[in-house]
This record gives sequence, C-alpha cells and structure tokens, in this order.
Amino acid sequence: MSLFRFFEWLGNTSWSIELHESRYVFLLVLMIHVLTLSVFVGTALMIDLRLLGKTMTRVPVSQVVTRLFPWSEAGFIVMVVTGALLFYAAPVMRYTNVFFRFKMAALLLAVLNVALFRLSVYRRIDDWDVNPVPPRRVRIVGVVSIILLALIITAGRMMAYQDYWFG
Amino acid sequence: MRDSPVFFPIVATIHLMGLAIIGGAVLVVDLRLLGFGLQHQPAAAIAEDAERWLLRGLAVMVSTGILLFMCFATKYYYLTFFWVKMAALVAVIIFTWSIHRRVAMAQDADARPLRRRLVALVSLLLWTIVAIGGRYIGFP
Repeated sequence: MSLFRFFEWLGNTSWSIELHESRYVFLLVLMIHVLTLSVFVGTALMIDLRLLGKTMTRVPVSQVVTRLFPWSEAGFIVMVVTGALLFYAAPVMRYTNVFFRFKMAALLLAVLNVALFRLSVYRRIDDWDVNPVPPRRVRIVGVVSIILLALIITAGRMMAYQDYWFG
Repeated sequence: MRDSPVFFPIVATIHLMGLAIIGGAVLVVDLRLLGFGLQHQPAAAIAEDAERWLLRGLAVMVSTGILLFMCFATKYYYLTFFWVKMAALVAVIIFTWSIHRRVAMAQDADARPLRRRLVALVSLLLWTIVAIGGRYIGFP
C-alpha cells in the first residue's frame, strides 16, 4: 500500500473525520500547537543565542543547555503530539501540501543538527564552556539551528496558503 | 495589502518569529523566578540579559502587529478578543517594567521566594492572555 493510500484510509477513519469536523476541538489543538511555539522555539532560541555569544555570556554554556533544553524538549513533545493530531485530522491534505513536506524536512534537519552538536563539539565542552563567545564550529551550530527554526515557522504558517501559490 | 496573497502571510510569519523571541526572553526570567530555570545564576543577571531580547522581540511583534492590523483594521476593531489582547499587552508591559523588573533585579539574598513566584506567574498569565487573544483574532 502506498503512503498516499494509507493516508487516504487514515482520513476516512471515524476519529479523523470527527476531529476534522469538530471545529472547537480542532481549533483548540491548533491553538495549543501555535502557542507552544513560544516554549519550544523560544527556549531553543535562547540556547542558540548563547552558542552565538549573544546572550547570557557570563553563564557557562553547559548550564544554559542543561537548564533550558528540558523545556525545549517538553515544548517539542507538545508540538509533535498536537501536530500529529492536526495531521490526523486531514492526512491527505497535509501529505500533499508542499509546505508541509518542506516543514518536515526542515524539522528533521533541526533534530539532526542537535544530535550532531551533542555527538561532536558538545563532547569537548570543557574547553569552551565559559567562553563568552564559543568557537566558530559551535557558533555555526547555533546559526544553522536558528535558520532551520525560522524555516519551520515559515513553512508551518505557509501551509494555509498552499492554494494561493500552487492552486 | 489585504488582497495581496504574499504580504499578509509573510508579515504573519515574522509576527510568529517575534512570538518565539518574546517566549524565550520571558521564559528564561520567569522560569528562573519560579525555581525551574538557571538557578545557579543570579536572577538579576538573567533578567538584565533577557531584557535586551525582550525589547527586540517586542519591536518585531509591535511593528508586524501594526501591519497586520492595517490589513483588517475594521474587522479587528469590532473583535472583543482584539481589545482583550491589547488590554493584556498594555498590562503586561506596565507590569514587566515596574513590579516584575524590581523583583527580578533584586539581590537573590534579599529576595522573597514566594513573591518571586507570584510575580513570575502573573507575568506568564498575562503573556498567555496576549497570545491566546492573538490566536483567537486569527480564527475564522
């Protein structure tokens, strides 16, 4: 069975239709999804800005990461759960949306960027933990992260306008 | 502007990026005051650093917000949620640069934990009302 067929089937399950037509539950999920952006991207951005040496330069990077990353993770989980529900409410519509695909690609790269950071430069954090401005390789991670987060927000917002541009 | 399929979505996107900046700047301070943030650091230092980004986030939010308002001014003027949002926004700005600032900038040794938590909760509550109001304005 192709993915398209699968999503077609998924969209015809009774819960999907109910969620799609429920209006208030749907809008509530959408609201949580949009507003949790401030937690997920907000705390991630503060970590990235620290990696760039643009905020909290007197605080060791490791402290910023250990204290703020759990909040970013929590926000991320809420985003994924509510995002999955929004997808479930209209699987074919999302799947065929260009901006949705772009958003998922950017999201994957953003997660990969964090994983690479953890596996590489972060392992030698003792060398640069207290530097007001971390080394260039670390700053690159911060810039890449900010760009990807901005792309995720942009693609997410543009999903509603697919018909305008590709209709 | 409202008829442009490009202008409104792009400005709305930048408006959302402003939400992320404000979210981050507010959370680092309020989580610290609540006891869930950078507890090894003096609250005043965190608040001082975050204030710069809060101002930048506000600059982005207000400028794009005015442009969004201009797209649908008459519609928004008659929306209750628009006025709820504006009232909460004015309230949170006054609160942030008066009581909140004084409490956050106080020496940790003199700080009263309960008052700090209460101030952080009021701040988060007011910002949440601003955000929910904003979301409701956009609903069909």
